Amino acid sequence: MHKTPLLDQLESGPWPSFVTDLKRVAARKPQTADLLGVLERSYKDKITHWKHGGIVGVLGYGSGIIGRYTDLPDEFPGVEHFHTIRVNHPSGWVYSTKALRELMDIWDEHGSSVLNMHGSTGDIIFLGTRTEELEPCFAKLTSKGWDLGGSGSAFRSPSCCIGPARCEWAMYDTMEACYELTQEFQFDLHRPSYPYKYKLKLSGCPNDCVAAVARADCSVIGVWKDDIRIDQSAVQAYAGGELKPRGGATKWDKLDIQKDVVELCPTQCMSWDGKTLKINNRECNHCMHCINLMPQALRPGTERGAAFLLGSHAPILEGAQMSWVIVPFMEMEKPFDNLKELMSNIAEWWSEHGKNRERVGELILRLGMRSLLEAIGVEPAPQQVRIPRANPFFFWHQSDFDAEAKGRRYDTRQGFIR
Amino acid sequence: MALPKEELVEYIYKMVEAAQGKKQLKAKDIEKAVLKEHPDQNKNDIKFAIKELIDGGRCVYTYFGGSFIEIPRVEGAAKH
Repeated sequence: MHKTPLLDQLESGPWPSFVTDLKRVAARKPQTADLLGVLERSYKDKITHWKHGGIVGVLGYGSGIIGRYTDLPDEFPGVEHFHTIRVNHPSGWVYSTKALRELMDIWDEHGSSVLNMHGSTGDIIFLGTRTEELEPCFAKLTSKGWDLGGSGSAFRSPSCCIGPARCEWAMYDTMEACYELTQEFQFDLHRPSYPYKYKLKLSGCPNDCVAAVARADCSVIGVWKDDIRIDQSAVQAYAGGELKPRGGATKWDKLDIQKDVVELCPTQCMSWDGKTLKINNRECNHCMHCINLMPQALRPGTERGAAFLLGSHAPILEGAQMSWVIVPFMEMEKPFDNLKELMSNIAEWWSEHGKNRERVGELILRLGMRSLLEAIGVEPAPQQVRIPRANPFFFWHQSDFDAEAKGRRYDTRQGFIR
Repeated sequence: MALPKEELVEYIYKMVEAAQGKKQLKAKDIEKAVLKEHPDQNKNDIKFAIKELIDGGRCVYTYFGGSFIEIPRVEGAAKH
């Protein structure tokens, strides 16, 4: 075992430490002992001793294996090869204990026993194995019904929230859609053929628990088209403290409907006269704030589907960007042919015009939304206007700053409130 | 004129072989090059010709900041 004085400090805090876990594994896996050694060395040298990429993989696939080597193989022979295997996760990350045991047994036999549930793409990430272990590990995984996930310039393993399996807000069957899309894009998932990575995440409602709007090139977010359903007597119960906000998940006993709900509505589309809550649904942007606060009084409408957004990514030069509405509302019924066709058309346009390592969102910025819409045959819609969302011709004076500091508020419709 | 399947596979293999050490080709680069010479070639045929080369082990996918199609070789990093 290597001496790791710097890593040892990470065991001293109040939280569970990955160093403690790695030491436990290192007692039976020499490569994990070397993993601790190389990490300690990186902390000391203040540079990484890993390099990644290359040509390792399993026959027939261009995805799912990420080659990783240390540049100090003589000093740390156990991590000379330390490849990552991405295993495609099940929809909603739901496992049986039997399936988990099978996975762990395979990884104990063929790898370092170190893994990560789940990586940012959603996959099960097996961390660290040698080149000669890749094919046997892959064979064992496939014999148990598992498959590799996406990596490189490929369609990445789609992921989704747990949707209607456990959540009342799911506007469509996210798990079914995730499964269908995974099957539909098998070729592109295993055989990288795009300019760069292409990620898909599916959220059942605008709460967006999988953060699709920020983490996926294609974000499919459940929405409703008609009016929010209101139970006025339940609203009164929230106002009177008989019902607890957020189902009791806050420290507050009672809601101030005016301040906590109406005034925090981002589009100011609600009004409350002390008896009746009114919503101008035309102006609602489906943020779900009011529904989350009063789930027994407000419910999404019944005409349900999803909004399709495109383009979030986090490039180093331009900084993180959120997805952009392409289709404000689409039906989401099995077999999701409309979604499959839309995604294929987008991929076709992007593959045709995209440069190497150019994400689809970057291509939209380079060629323009018009070029995309013409290519994929989608009509322009007001919801596609991302900026400006507020009046850009607003000139601030010092007196405005002073008034703001004293508590004056500005409403986009009413102007200055006080 | 579109190439028959076997000829297409060999055409692509030669293209990848000729590019070895000079330019790393992506699947789309190959598709565009084939269509330039044979505009009526079906895109799906090109896709499956590449698959045949990969499945047969004559070509491999590599990753160097992006995914490419290359002739197999032993990389320097895997020294043993």
